[in-house]
Amino acid sequence: MTAIFALIAAAGTYATALMFGTIGEILTEKSGNLNLGVEGMMYMGGIFGLVTANRYEALVGETGSVGFIAILFAILGSFAAGCIAGLIFAFITVTLRANQNVTGLAMTTFGTGVAKFVGEHMRNKLGGYVSVSNHLKESFHQQIFPDFLKRIPFVGKIVFGQPHFFYLGILVAILLHLFFTKTKKGLYLRAVGESPATADAAGINMTRYRYLATMIGGGISAIGGMVYTMTTAGCVWIEGSLSGVGWLSVALVIFCTWRPLNGIWGSMLFGSLMIMYLWIIIPFFPQELYKILPYVVTIVVLIIASMKNNKEKQPPANLGLNYFREER
Amino acid sequence: MQNCAIELKNIRKTFGPVVANDGINLQINRGEILCLLGENGSGKTTLMNMLSGIYQPDGGEIYADGRKVTIRSPHDAFKNGIGMIHQHYHLVDVFTAAQNIILGLDEAMDIGRVNTRVKEICDRYGFGIDPKMKVYDMSVSQKQTVEIVKVLYRGSEILILDEPTAVLTPQETDKLFAVLRNMRRDNKAIVLITHKLAEVMAVSDKVAILRKGRYIATVNTKETSPGELTDMMVGRAVTLNLDRPKYDNPEDKLVVEGLTVVDREGIKKLNNVSFTARTGEILGVAGIAGSGQKELLESISGLYPVKSGSIKFVNTDKTTVELVGKTPTQIKEIGVGMGFVPEDRLGMGLVGSMGMTDNMMLRSWREGRGLFFNRKKPQDLADRVWKKLDVVTPSTEFPVRRMSGGNIQKVLVGREIASHPPVLLTAYAVRGLDINTSYAIYNLLNDQKMGGSAVMYVGEELDVLMELCDRILVLCDGQVSGIVDGRTATKEEIGLLMTTVGGKEA
Amino acid sequence: MSDKAKKNKTPFIRLSKKSESMLDPRKAVAIRISSVVVALILGSIPILLTGVNPVKAYGIIVQGSLGNKIYLQQTIKKMIPLLCCALAIGPCFKMRFWNIGAEGQLTAGAIACSAIAIWFGKSSMPSILILSLMFIFAIVAGGIWGFIPGYFKAKYNTNETLFTLMMNYIAIGIAKWLQGGPWEGRKGTQIIPIFDRKTFLPNVLGVHCGWIIVLLIVIIMHYYMTRTKHGFEVAVIGDSENTARYAGMNVGWIMMRTMFLSGAICGIAGFVVVAGANHTLNDVVADGNGFTAITVSWLSQLNSYVMILISALLAIISKGSKTLNQRVGVPASVAEIVSGILLFCMLGCEFFINYEIKFRWSRDKDAKKSASTAEQAKNGSTDGNRSSIPANTSKEAE
Repeated sequence: MTAIFALIAAAGTYATALMFGTIGEILTEKSGNLNLGVEGMMYMGGIFGLVTANRYEALVGETGSVGFIAILFAILGSFAAGCIAGLIFAFITVTLRANQNVTGLAMTTFGTGVAKFVGEHMRNKLGGYVSVSNHLKESFHQQIFPDFLKRIPFVGKIVFGQPHFFYLGILVAILLHLFFTKTKKGLYLRAVGESPATADAAGINMTRYRYLATMIGGGISAIGGMVYTMTTAGCVWIEGSLSGVGWLSVALVIFCTWRPLNGIWGSMLFGSLMIMYLWIIIPFFPQELYKILPYVVTIVVLIIASMKNNKEKQPPANLGLNYFREER
Repeated sequence: MQNCAIELKNIRKTFGPVVANDGINLQINRGEILCLLGENGSGKTTLMNMLSGIYQPDGGEIYADGRKVTIRSPHDAFKNGIGMIHQHYHLVDVFTAAQNIILGLDEAMDIGRVNTRVKEICDRYGFGIDPKMKVYDMSVSQKQTVEIVKVLYRGSEILILDEPTAVLTPQETDKLFAVLRNMRRDNKAIVLITHKLAEVMAVSDKVAILRKGRYIATVNTKETSPGELTDMMVGRAVTLNLDRPKYDNPEDKLVVEGLTVVDREGIKKLNNVSFTARTGEILGVAGIAGSGQKELLESISGLYPVKSGSIKFVNTDKTTVELVGKTPTQIKEIGVGMGFVPEDRLGMGLVGSMGMTDNMMLRSWREGRGLFFNRKKPQDLADRVWKKLDVVTPSTEFPVRRMSGGNIQKVLVGREIASHPPVLLTAYAVRGLDINTSYAIYNLLNDQKMGGSAVMYVGEELDVLMELCDRILVLCDGQVSGIVDGRTATKEEIGLLMTTVGGKEA
Repeated sequence: MSDKAKKNKTPFIRLSKKSESMLDPRKAVAIRISSVVVALILGSIPILLTGVNPVKAYGIIVQGSLGNKIYLQQTIKKMIPLLCCALAIGPCFKMRFWNIGAEGQLTAGAIACSAIAIWFGKSSMPSILILSLMFIFAIVAGGIWGFIPGYFKAKYNTNETLFTLMMNYIAIGIAKWLQGGPWEGRKGTQIIPIFDRKTFLPNVLGVHCGWIIVLLIVIIMHYYMTRTKHGFEVAVIGDSENTARYAGMNVGWIMMRTMFLSGAICGIAGFVVVAGANHTLNDVVADGNGFTAITVSWLSQLNSYVMILISALLAIISKGSKTLNQRVGVPASVAEIVSGILLFCMLGCEFFINYEIKFRWSRDKDAKKSASTAEQAKNGSTDGNRSSIPANTSKEAE
């Protein structure tokens, strides 16, 4: 039992990256755009977050650098990178009406390419490796709650023992949830993803909604990549370490049935499954196979939702389809 | 006139070479229910779409409260107080009624306030909807209610309803009419597009009649009768000089008894339909659009699931086989030859992106053993159809989608009659075709009939049905309201049967 | 666009789908070629960043992938699995079934044939027999991997895009497990030892004979799609499922069969990679080829022969960039950037082929709606049924 709590507590760091990746993609998909390029966008977020923090430090010097500002720069850098990727995707699919699946896969190629290129380029330029100083590293790992809270039995470490990005992620998830359920713009966005023809007839500018949702969604996903690099990967650019995180986020979106709040516990669950092999050993069950569990449960969720034809758990009705008014 | 909300003057609308509306004058008054009456394709919906901003007229003027207006979009229509409830609803399934209602409005989102206002509107006119209900949980009539409330919520003074009763049960229709009367009392202007005479007589104050895109007249409902309206709607019988050769000693070929089918929503599309189709005979099927014609032909050909009843095919040796429960392939395998010209030519009968040859192969692709198909036979058939029916196309490989409508239909009919099937089903075989092509198709059907086929002809133009068909089966609301002799029936008689369920006077 | 429409009479730019008679094939080719040129220009930006002359860099890429026999052989080696997967995906896309699971289907095939190689490689069985067994197992495993999502799509209409995507990672996860578990060589290495020589595909003209297999598949798939009953069924379903039912086709069954076939061909790609190139199994056996193949398949509009061209182009960029890296130190990942940009441009350019762009000043005052409907009526002839096929359908079906 204790092992399970310890496992969940330890999963928080990994889960945070997933959470951002997932929440961003939920926003994108709710608008009807299926951007399969999350992997590429998270890669871009990972490198650009690290590079902005690194550049900031180079600019002000190691002693003058402030952890908070470095974090802010990392967030902005990764968010901007994701936004640009989202913009490219939106331009090609919404304006030029290309197939979304194919464009998303091209985005994965492009994004991972850009990230690896920048990473290698910077490494060559800086000689050795791209990183930040130790005290900045610490501020990226910092925990914000006092120690006595973490000592609450069982849940203490899970709830209070996480890096600050974790709480930021939860905040974003809650805000997105409120946006979808409580605001007019959120309602309109969902209408665009469900039935663009209806939204169009009601005078909603679906092009703008899809662009914005895809850009901001891409930005949020990219922050996830940055969080991964700066926490799990220890502020160093290791080519390939981010591999698969983006795809896991896409799976998680389905698992969460497109709800941001489910993304919080969903990412904890997926995060736990991914590191479970280190913690819990079930006899005769190979450890590596834990890692495919998230994908298996996602498929099960997908199948059950389609078998029951549960309307609330379906993908946005127009997911992956482009809209052209005169084709009505 | 103070009372006049909208006035249309000399409206004209064309789609390419087709004139949809011409010379239409219409006055829509407040505190009145106006019925727009006409057959399928008489231009009712096109006309109203010009009021709701979907189309723009090519000629003529629209006045709202005496001011000349141009309506460019649904948004413009709303600004002029016009709201239209289309046949296809624009609703988001996973939203609640209230969420759908406020979609696209500029006001702040305050669901509580929306719910109260929706309730107010409902109470005022006697609706019953729960604003918190999700659309996917709603029946068709509830969805319609949401559409109506949506329009009222936007403050529309002029409501246009496009065949609202087509999807409703009689009880729901009564409820809707009660609501419409309440709106009339509230001094709203209401336009009801319909072709059901009973409804016209029951609910309207005035009736405007359109025929073939032209305006015929506006009459006060109290001063008219169903008979007179039918006359105006269908017009004088026109002589088309169609051949109707006589076939000696026809025999029963297809015996349908008690056929009942329901659609996915559980609505009865055919109700206890019984008839016999004979060799050497064209059996016409008349009825308002959506009375079950499509379902009838599709269930005979094995494409539509049958709930109860039987469809028996009579072999030449008088033995019969049951077709219900068989797939099209099985029907073919037991040796029942059947040709079917469906209504949706490119969506069902043909493959638009393929040429004539490949489309001919749709019927024969399974023939022969082995993995490869035989393209020789369809190629020959395509050549024959091409020459015999004068199909205009550069080659038999030219995608049929790029051909004109008439040529597309020739390809389809040509293929279906190629094997001289004992049963030939056709749906709207001449819809959208020019006169020459239409006559060519009639001749082909007559050839089949004289060759001993039992031909079913679902049509919309009564004049054609009356001159071409030996007998005419009239469907109304999924039921047979009568089977009349094509040689003796009058247009009025058929028109009346088309609008009376079960053949009784409504 | 719509808020502009609200404010002024006519939007500044408006689009309409070109009717098919307006499509000019020569113009289409010109647009596609210029999209490649634009992509190469955009792709030179990252090269410039490294201080290398892009023209020179592209020269090195071409020279470094085709310049001599060894380069050429390596390029072809890269191209084989990519082309094979693209061919596999073709029929699915033709059917409008979004199989993006080639990566996993390839891996599944690779796992199955590796199993044979490991179990029987050291036995006394003759090489040809082992290779045949590997081939068959790869086909069956890949086929099953494709069949599963096909089954659920046919039965419950489960979203196939997401399903096939998830299946990729399950296959890759299993490969990873085998690599670090049951089949691991020396403990802790996470490496499966090189298989016995008997499981190696023989070389023909310096490259393993996988290229012959793939070329055979190109020809077979071409004939399968254009000459067989199966291909005909797939094409009809892709155009209209209703027509398929009308013609007596069992849509669900055809879907499952086609997915099995598609998975099986991906399985062959897995076999070719394992037996021809890697001689071992690892979790990156697919190396992204399954994903890239989707874009290749799509961009070649499902034409088997065009697939050769596009996969060759991508293989050239990929191989050439390695040389570029060795010679002038430009990171090899520039290949992915240039490929990505190339794919973006080629995807985007289809728009200019299929749509007509009209500017406000070139139009009269007709409001957009009426004009467009009149246009549709004209183009679509007088037959009201013609508009029943959505344009995206027709595009995909071509």
